[in-house]
Amino acid sequence: MREVASEVLILGAGPAGLAAAAAAAEAGARVDVIEGNRSPGGQIWRPEGATEAHPTTRRWQQRLLRTGVRVHLETTVVAADGPRCIYTVCGGEMSRFRTSRLVLATGSRELFLPFPGWTLPGVTGVGGLQALVKSGWPIEGKRVVVAGSGPLLLAVADSLRRRGAKLLLIAEQAPRRAVVRLARQLWRSPRKAIQALGLMARLVQVPMRYACWPLRATGDECVRSVLLQGSDGSIELECDALACGFGLVPEIAIAAYLGCDVECGAMSVDAQQQSSVPGVYGAGEITGVGGVELAVAEGAVAGTAAAGARVPVRWLARRDRQQAFVSHLDRAFALRPELRRLAAPETIVCRCEDVAFEALAGAESARAAKLATRCGMGSCQGRVCGPATRFLFGWHHDRVRPPFFPVPMAALAAIGTVQPSSANPACYQTFTMDC
Amino acid sequence: MSRQIEVRVDGRALRVPAGISVAAAIARAGVAVFQRSVGGEPRGPLCGMGICFECRVVIDGRRDVRSCMAVCSEGMEIEVARA
Amino acid sequence: MSLPDVLVVGGGIVGAACALELAREGHRVEVLERGFTGCGTTATAMGHIIVLHDSQAQFRLTRWSQELWSALADELPGEVEVDRCGCIWIASEESQMDWVRDKAALYRSHGIEVEVLDSLGLAQAEPSLRPNLAGGLRMREDLVLYPPAAARWLVQRAVDAGATIRTGVSVRRVSGAGATLDDGSTRAAGCVVDAAGTKALELLPEPIPGLQFRPRKGHLAITDRGPRRCWHQLAEIGYLASAHTHAQTSVAFNVQPRRTGQVLVGSSRQYDRHDTRVEPEILARMLRRAIEFIPALAEMRVTRTWTGLRPATDDRLPLIGPVPGHSGLYLATGHEGLGITTSLGTGRLIADMVAGRSSAIDPAPYRLDRCLEPQA
Ligand SMILES: Cc1cc2nc3c(=O)[nH]c(=O)nc-3n(C[C@H](O)[C@H](O)[C@H](O)COP(=O)(O)OP(=O)(O)OC[C@H]3O[C@@H](n4cnc5c(N)ncnc54)[C@H](O)[C@@H]3O)c2cc1C
Ligand SMILES: Cc1cc2nc3c(=O)[nH]c(=O)nc-3n(C[C@H](O)[C@H](O)[C@H](O)COP(=O)(O)OP(=O)(O)OC[C@H]3O[C@@H](n4cnc5c(N)ncnc54)[C@H](O)[C@@H]3O)c2cc1C
Ligand code: FES
Repeated sequence: MREVASEVLILGAGPAGLAAAAAAAEAGARVDVIEGNRSPGGQIWRPEGATEAHPTTRRWQQRLLRTGVRVHLETTVVAADGPRCIYTVCGGEMSRFRTSRLVLATGSRELFLPFPGWTLPGVTGVGGLQALVKSGWPIEGKRVVVAGSGPLLLAVADSLRRRGAKLLLIAEQAPRRAVVRLARQLWRSPRKAIQALGLMARLVQVPMRYACWPLRATGDECVRSVLLQGSDGSIELECDALACGFGLVPEIAIAAYLGCDVECGAMSVDAQQQSSVPGVYGAGEITGVGGVELAVAEGAVAGTAAAGARVPVRWLARRDRQQAFVSHLDRAFALRPELRRLAAPETIVCRCEDVAFEALAGAESARAAKLATRCGMGSCQGRVCGPATRFLFGWHHDRVRPPFFPVPMAALAAIGTVQPSSANPACYQTFTMDC
Repeated sequence: MSRQIEVRVDGRALRVPAGISVAAAIARAGVAVFQRSVGGEPRGPLCGMGICFECRVVIDGRRDVRSCMAVCSEGMEIEVARA
Repeated sequence: MSLPDVLVVGGGIVGAACALELAREGHRVEVLERGFTGCGTTATAMGHIIVLHDSQAQFRLTRWSQELWSALADELPGEVEVDRCGCIWIASEESQMDWVRDKAALYRSHGIEVEVLDSLGLAQAEPSLRPNLAGGLRMREDLVLYPPAAARWLVQRAVDAGATIRTGVSVRRVSGAGATLDDGSTRAAGCVVDAAGTKALELLPEPIPGLQFRPRKGHLAITDRGPRRCWHQLAEIGYLASAHTHAQTSVAFNVQPRRTGQVLVGSSRQYDRHDTRVEPEILARMLRRAIEFIPALAEMRVTRTWTGLRPATDDRLPLIGPVPGHSGLYLATGHEGLGITTSLGTGRLIADMVAGRSSAIDPAPYRLDRCLEPQA
């Protein structure tokens, strides 16, 4: 096991983590960032085709480089022994990071809801399809339906369109009036307004329906068609891909494990972005889903506060402005109760263990259901079925325990062993200017 | 123009742009079913970000590698487990 | 609601087994469970049903219980995951082979099917084990099951026999005539069996000098599904030393093949830990031990880990019998690391005691009077 001493340790190199790292380092702290992916940037600034960093990420990299921030890529947080001792795995090797302050910037993941046929190949998440396409997944000429809820639908539809996909429909489950009400709030954030207008203009050719959601996907080995519920009856569309996501859920596993208060599925933080556990800060979507500007604003506050410096009032104000928009987002894209009734009795809810809806209905809790049916016991560790059963049955998550991701036994077994040679070059990557 | 490399998907040679994910290469090879669930159902990538484990394949003999997180390299042997 | 004859407090595997035996005899049984069936230590156990001989009394209870499980095995539904895989006690060094031969002779004299494996025999039986182990003792009759499902099945059978179970009901105090619930209400009954696991002693009307146990924490880890790595439950002979030591912390190699292709890895023992937090360093020690024995485990991915608290008595025997000074009140707890195995025997003993008849084995070594401090 490798030992690393840090002052401010940041988990996640998405927008929030990068902003936190820059702010903490510029306030004079010695900073380490842990990121599971091959490159920094998080969900939004994903590199195209994995070789080149996203241009925005590159600008952040340059800033981090100036301040000597160490970024550990392809390094996954798998365990912790309190907030000052974080265990990570990189290329099968275990490291222990000792730190005095911790910033959690682990972002969010998509909410998937079960409906008949949602397990067919070709049915993906919305952000999921976007990520796959950025990694080279073929989409040109494919007939695509984008369904679910939230601003991500439009952003992703636009990027699929640019890559030559034939967009058959964007189906937003929220009613049009809710989205219009949200649009009226956009004046508060001119940047968002410009983005939204641009998106709408580029997608003007694409059919868009509100109050419309998927009922069933069909196909034998791959999705062939989708049946959707619209306000004026149902529609069936033949398609090659169905991208379907019902919003984002904060990735709170590590926060919950460390005992940070969690409210409505998000990590609770104070004005300085500090959680209920002293010395543990949260920034970005882990504290609630609010988009990239909010993630960056929160990151800057969290990083500065974690470094023990005074946070400029201006930064707090910027964050608060962005924050105000979030409650409008939540309201506009609230999920309709009909979505709880999409699954048929035999529809799979837990994909890892193939547990059907009917086996789960009536269980007392997530833990009771898990022990009785294996729901949530598989490789995804409940990351897919957990939020779904929370929405469907109101269950709260079972307790989080290490490993936070499945890891080779040898790596876990190395915890507590001393290893004479220190740095493993494969795992420790500082940015270079040309990356 | 990005550099092309060669990988093999279930024994079939395939030229792909360097740097694309293994999941993308498999899709380019025309394969939709990445794995079978414990109940034998066909499955393919869902999340694209390494959390769902529905895209697992065998890469250079290593089992259960998430293909959405792995990048193609020259000469890589990709096996798509099919029931 | 008519009054029950017997109130069983705790719906773990021990309470479930007691409820079933009592219901079968025609008693009106009511089980009160704070959470849901099997949610306590039972949910955290590995699930081996084994014979052990640390003492005569331990041997009698484990052997009898195992026979009871074997008789049930064909009835148990698929979700109980019964696997008659047997168990091999592994001798790492030649010196441990004496133990193997002694135990083999002893078990054979009781008609138990065992086999002494030499180094080669062990390697053939379990090719994944590291080479050059001295040998082992194969216990053919040991089996493995999935404890929470087994507890649910026992409760279901008790319900079929007329028992009722009330889940989400927490008991504050027990007496010989009933129980006081957390909401202050009382539930009267002809007699009460306190099978509340690690909480059982806290529910007694008053502390009884000498009657105590200590929580003994155990860690477990399970791998992802994969090609089958082992064919028996495997444990090093040193496991027995770990189980029987009074040392603060110990780990031992103990793995179990699951029907899913997963490998369940144990085990650790820590005294006096009340929290169920997974401790990375202890977990790692336990995994290192497992990898020493099965090197291929190194590559298998661990998907989940957890801990459980074993209620451990000083003499390593359970507490089964009437509570002195409280007629009608029985205790059934303190099974440490063997409660899944010995639940069925415990259920029989309790039913026999309630009926006032003798049992197939002598209950004296498990009765509470053995622990009591002599009155001043
Ligand atoms: C699949 C997906 C696609 C999205 N696409 C878009 C889009 O196109 N446009 C848009 O505006 N918004 C998009 N979003 C929303 C986006 O999440 C936010 O706009 C913004 O990126 C949030 O920033 P963040 O820093 O809070 O989180 P993220 O960007 O999610 O960054 C969190 C980082 O933490 C890392 N991490 C998490 N857990 C661990 C761990 N245990 N060990 C190591 N590293 C870990 C992750 O790898 C990730 O890089 C998407 C979200 C998702 C889930
Ligand atoms: C890691 C580990 C591995 C093990 N492996 C094995 C094995 O392989 N084989 C084996 O034979 N044994 C094994 N054991 C031991 C076995 O798990 C226990 O001995 C057994 O589960 C004890 O069962 P129980 O019913 O007494 O306790 P529990 O299962 O804890 O049941 C007690 C029940 O009482 C309930 N309760 C508590 N307080 C109240 C209250 N106030 N009101 C109402 N209800 C209450 C609880 O919710 C609980 O459900 C293992 C134990 C551990 C920790
Ligand atoms: S697509 Fe979900 S893990 Fe790869």
